[in-house]
Amino acid sequence: MAAVQDGPMELDAEKEAKPEILSDGTSNLSGNTASGTLSSSPLTAAPAGGAPKMEDQQTLIAVLQFLKRNKLSESVEILRREAGLGEHQEGSQATDGSGGGKGDGDGGDANSLLSRVSITSAAAPQSMPVKKDQPDVSVVLSAYSQQGDPPLYQVYYSGLKNFIESVLDCHRAELSQLFYPLFVHMYLELVYNNHETEAKAFFDKFSGDQECYYQDDLHILCGLTKKEHLKGNEVLLDFRTSRFVLHISRDSYQLLKRHLQERHNNQIWNIIQEHLYIDIFDGMPRSKSQIDSMSGSLAGEAKREVNKAKVFYGLLKEPEIEVPLDDEDDEAENEEGKPKKKKTKKDSLGSKSKKQDPNAPQQNRIPLPELKDSDKLDKIMYMKESTKRIRLGPENLPSICFYTFLNAFQGLTAVDFTDDSSLLAGGFADSTVRVWSVTPKKLRKVKSAGELNVIEKESDDVLERIMDEKTASESKILHGHSGPVYGVSFSPDRNYLLSSSEDGTVRLWSLQTFTCLVGYKGHNYPVWDTHFSPFGYYFVSGGHDRVARLWATDHYQPLRIFAGHLADVTCTRFHPNSNYVATGSTDRTVRLWDVLNANCVRILTGHKGPIHSLAFSPNGKFLASGSTDGRVLLWDIGHGLMIGELKGHTDTIYALKFSRDGEILASGSMDNTVRLWDSMKAFDEVETDDFTATTGHIHLPDNSQELLLGMYHSKSTPVTHLHFTRRNLLLAAGAYNSQ
Amino acid sequence: MAEERRQKLCSVILPTESMKAMAESVGVGSLQEESCLALSEEVSYRIKEIAQDALKFMHHGKRRKLTTGDIDHALKLKNVEPLYGFQSQEFIPFRFASGGGRELHFYEEKEVDLSDIINTPLPRVPLDVSLKVPKEQQKTDSTEPLKAVKPGQEEEGSIQTKGQGANSAEVKGKEKMRMKPRSTHELSVEQQLYYKEITEACVGSCEAKRAEALQSIATDPGLYQMLPRFSTFISEGVRVNVVQNNLALLIYLMRMVKALMDNPTLYLEKYLHELIPAVVTCIVSKQLCLRPDVDNHWALRDFAARLMAQSCKTFSTTTNNIQSRITKTFTKSLLDDKTQWTTRYGCIAGLAELGHDVIKTLIIPRLSVEGARIKAVMDGPVVSNIDKIGADHVQSLLLKHCACVVAKTRPLPDMVDQYKADYGYLGTMLCSHVVKARAQAAFQAQTVNRTTLTITQPRPTLSMSQSGLSASSGSRTPSIIKVPSSLTLMSTRPGTPTQPSPPATKYIVMATSAGAASTQQVITLSSSQSGSSVTSTVPSTPTSLQPLVKLESGTTGAVSGPRPLQKYIVVSLPSSSSSLENKGSGVIPSSTSPISMESAVKLERSESPAANTQSPH
Repeated sequence: MAAVQDGPMELDAEKEAKPEILSDGTSNLSGNTASGTLSSSPLTAAPAGGAPKMEDQQTLIAVLQFLKRNKLSESVEILRREAGLGEHQEGSQATDGSGGGKGDGDGGDANSLLSRVSITSAAAPQSMPVKKDQPDVSVVLSAYSQQGDPPLYQVYYSGLKNFIESVLDCHRAELSQLFYPLFVHMYLELVYNNHETEAKAFFDKFSGDQECYYQDDLHILCGLTKKEHLKGNEVLLDFRTSRFVLHISRDSYQLLKRHLQERHNNQIWNIIQEHLYIDIFDGMPRSKSQIDSMSGSLAGEAKREVNKAKVFYGLLKEPEIEVPLDDEDDEAENEEGKPKKKKTKKDSLGSKSKKQDPNAPQQNRIPLPELKDSDKLDKIMYMKESTKRIRLGPENLPSICFYTFLNAFQGLTAVDFTDDSSLLAGGFADSTVRVWSVTPKKLRKVKSAGELNVIEKESDDVLERIMDEKTASESKILHGHSGPVYGVSFSPDRNYLLSSSEDGTVRLWSLQTFTCLVGYKGHNYPVWDTHFSPFGYYFVSGGHDRVARLWATDHYQPLRIFAGHLADVTCTRFHPNSNYVATGSTDRTVRLWDVLNANCVRILTGHKGPIHSLAFSPNGKFLASGSTDGRVLLWDIGHGLMIGELKGHTDTIYALKFSRDGEILASGSMDNTVRLWDSMKAFDEVETDDFTATTGHIHLPDNSQELLLGMYHSKSTPVTHLHFTRRNLLLAAGAYNSQ
Repeated sequence: MAEERRQKLCSVILPTESMKAMAESVGVGSLQEESCLALSEEVSYRIKEIAQDALKFMHHGKRRKLTTGDIDHALKLKNVEPLYGFQSQEFIPFRFASGGGRELHFYEEKEVDLSDIINTPLPRVPLDVSLKVPKEQQKTDSTEPLKAVKPGQEEEGSIQTKGQGANSAEVKGKEKMRMKPRSTHELSVEQQLYYKEITEACVGSCEAKRAEALQSIATDPGLYQMLPRFSTFISEGVRVNVVQNNLALLIYLMRMVKALMDNPTLYLEKYLHELIPAVVTCIVSKQLCLRPDVDNHWALRDFAARLMAQSCKTFSTTTNNIQSRITKTFTKSLLDDKTQWTTRYGCIAGLAELGHDVIKTLIIPRLSVEGARIKAVMDGPVVSNIDKIGADHVQSLLLKHCACVVAKTRPLPDMVDQYKADYGYLGTMLCSHVVKARAQAAFQAQTVNRTTLTITQPRPTLSMSQSGLSASSGSRTPSIIKVPSSLTLMSTRPGTPTQPSPPATKYIVMATSAGAASTQQVITLSSSQSGSSVTSTVPSTPTSLQPLVKLESGTTGAVSGPRPLQKYIVVSLPSSSSSLENKGSGVIPSSTSPISMESAVKLERSESPAANTQSPH
């Protein structure tokens, strides 16, 4: 793993992170030989040189390039000094490729380094935010680039294509990864330089070669035909500001490099240097299927080092709860034997809670709310229920109970169940949130303040007395949002409900008074999803503004902002230990964020469509994600590896849920089916030897059919939500679609 | 193929003509071709961009269909004012038109009359969102799994079928709640044919067929399935024919009602909501025939009033209060000054049929008022012939009904002046009627006193001893209908109850029929009136042209003397109840053979010992 370009890369990365602070970038360069003085020129020289005689300057640049191409570096230096020409202009022309490339020979290492750095500093203005600030430069660029070069793009591209097709099979697959990013960048350069017809021809000729999973982006690209369109186009912004990451073996990379140098194909080389990040590894080149399984995201694969951080995926120690002796239990008659029984039972239940999981985070890594008495009672209930839990497995599948929303008229957008399966919330396109009680217990409001004053506070049934019987009903409607509600989530203690909406707010509702308590404003765009922490208090939301935010219920501003996704954050989930947050995005990646420091600790690529559902396994080790392409991918969080692919669904997967013991994964989709998968088997078969762990090269067994345990059709009801009760009965919910 | 599609997508831009058209629509007359091109490219790009954003909203809305709402939200995302008024849910509102060498898609804008919108009734409120769970949910608490499904590792197909099989309960459960199971009342083909034949015959032109059909309705035991249809047929028929003033059809329909009421196997109570309005309509409607001056719609009113009275007696309970509601209805329009003569007649007839008590309390106090009204028509300037006829009929009706009541209630002597003082204009005539009625009653008491009816026990366990024999001609089978010869059944019965009964008591005389299968009930309603020559029609006696069974009863208050009112309702019951012994019937003077027990059903309304002729309607 020799990072050939590690040095410049980091610099570039820094530059891109803060393109506006150009001086920073240049000061970093000062360490480089002899170039310190020159490199400071970009800011000053551009207006000075560019203003007076445009034509002369262009000619000069052309001459300079000619000299460079012929490796007359000394002459270059002299001429440049004499003309007082900033190197950046030359470089920026090279960036544009219109100059026909420059001699980036093996020779002047420092020089090439330098030139590349200056390229990026010039390329920075090229990217959207600052483009307008440099009108002169762009004029120069466009004037120069009209010298008949654009048609050569096709030649370059097909040249590379021929080369890649002619190399050995083992390298071909790896090098084929280059096609798509090169294609995109060449096309965008053409568009940027106003070569509309050439761009169109280029697109028409080569768009068909691209992998089918890039279709969606190509659709967007094909609409971009004018320079003006590039302004404000998000997809484009992603391409220009982020580097497309490729994993290529050293052998393949050398092969490519040699070829490009032989052909003097600087155009492509420049693009590779500027816009791609080639992660080179030693060892066997990967196979086509290996590559395909990992690629597909908007910005290529994840860099390997980003997935190296340690993730404490273990579960937190369960708090010790003394089961009260006066608890009504079936074996109540045996008075003296009782405590013992309790003890053993609890041990068997919470075996993991006894000894600290080595992979678990520190108990107080994230401050968690204190357990209240009611929480403890709930925990006891949970344990009792757990004893009655059905052990699921391939031979013992869960029963499914389907909650059908009638008359929703396609307006149902989100559903959530409470953990104890007593309440159900639905978010609707008409901005309402409705809460249903699915047990015979009706929903009741707390009495008004005046009435509460009268109540005797010391009485035993005070909790019962504060409820207003008159308001008892099976469902309640919560009004407050001003746009479709895209996400709902119950708090674990069933006192609160969160909802996120198109109107850019997340609202916290009280399930005691059935009123809105807080509107969390922060996302200015639609909020696609929200999720409560398994311990309450914290919650996470993600939206169209491409960030996920971590909130605490008692803060009106976010505590953390998880930024990094290149497109909308579509779904958000808390890790069972509350220390991590997983987000799925339209950029076709899943990211795992550390709540403690808001770092991105995992980037999981491999999906070919926007991700719409996520689920952590109950033991916290694994993550399942479902996307619009109808595939469920399974991930090992500890190693950051894809460990399974479940194919079968024919439409977007909107619901994923592991059974309480993690043996079964249920997936619900737009295609009106619920499918059950043998997740135990999928996890067991994974070979997590050191090699795969370090290289990240995975061999996915194609065993979806073996893992599929059951498939259940509804008539015309897309599955919006899935939930396992504490006894492992599977609850599904969706709105009947009469059309 | 994907390539082709993509290429095509790439090249799609709006035609420049569209730009021109849009420019014109906002008042820009001449637009350069180049600007059009530039515009169309720009616009196409923006539209694509918006569509791509809108797709995002569709995905998050968990739908497959892009809605106008999604586009609105996408516009909002771009900080653009959404397009209002394009809320089409189901279809694309654009229409296609071509002509003049141009093809055009346009949005149809209809001119809407505001008053139309205001006047149209509000559409039904759409159903609220509801949550449905299959029944199995109730068992959630059980620790056993509801359905353990074990599809093995077979090939896909079998998994699918198994999955579906296991899930069918789930799906079925859903279906179940969606549609409440509706038990269909489908008629068999035979029944449909029968229904068609019967209804056609009832309202057809052939009298013979009608009589047969009515007989069938009145006796057939298996009609309950068709009852809802008959009931609707009648109510609809009345509704239509009242408007068209089709007297004949109204009469036919009333006869159908009568026949239905006569059928012992039918329980009409559930259909009264349809039948009673129809009957009441025939009683009180302002106009029932095309020529009110000529046609005898009075008979229809009388007949319908009698039907009404009968159903009141049969079905009125404390819960439905039919009788009091009907009485109120009649009284209300009777008290109204503007009520027309026809309606007035109907009201009086309807009230009068309800019994002597009703007459005494509601009609007699009104006599002077009504008399003055009649006098105004009779003596006043001739307004119209119709009014005169109406007044005439009302007068005779009042006299007929009031005379016997007055005869029973008013002590002798009958002084004309006294009457005049009490009852006004009608007093004179009433006096003579009362005298006549008294004479007739006295005569009846002397001559006809042959039947003795002993009721050993009052209701509810009612049995009676029979002193006479019922007469029936020919066979004793249930098929009295088929007996060719006509039979006149004159039972003049002086009710001799063993217990002293208060006035206006109802006795129900039960007859158990031996022939279990076809208990038949022929209710003959003989309302005899002393001195009155009004013929009351009882069309229920079915079959051939002339009535086969005539049961005429004149009751003399031999024992009870001037006892005011007694009603005897004779009902037949199936023979199963052995506790009921029926031996009683009437002795019929004119005919010799006794009526077989199974056919003994009479509803007698004996008011005065007077023979009463009955004629088919």
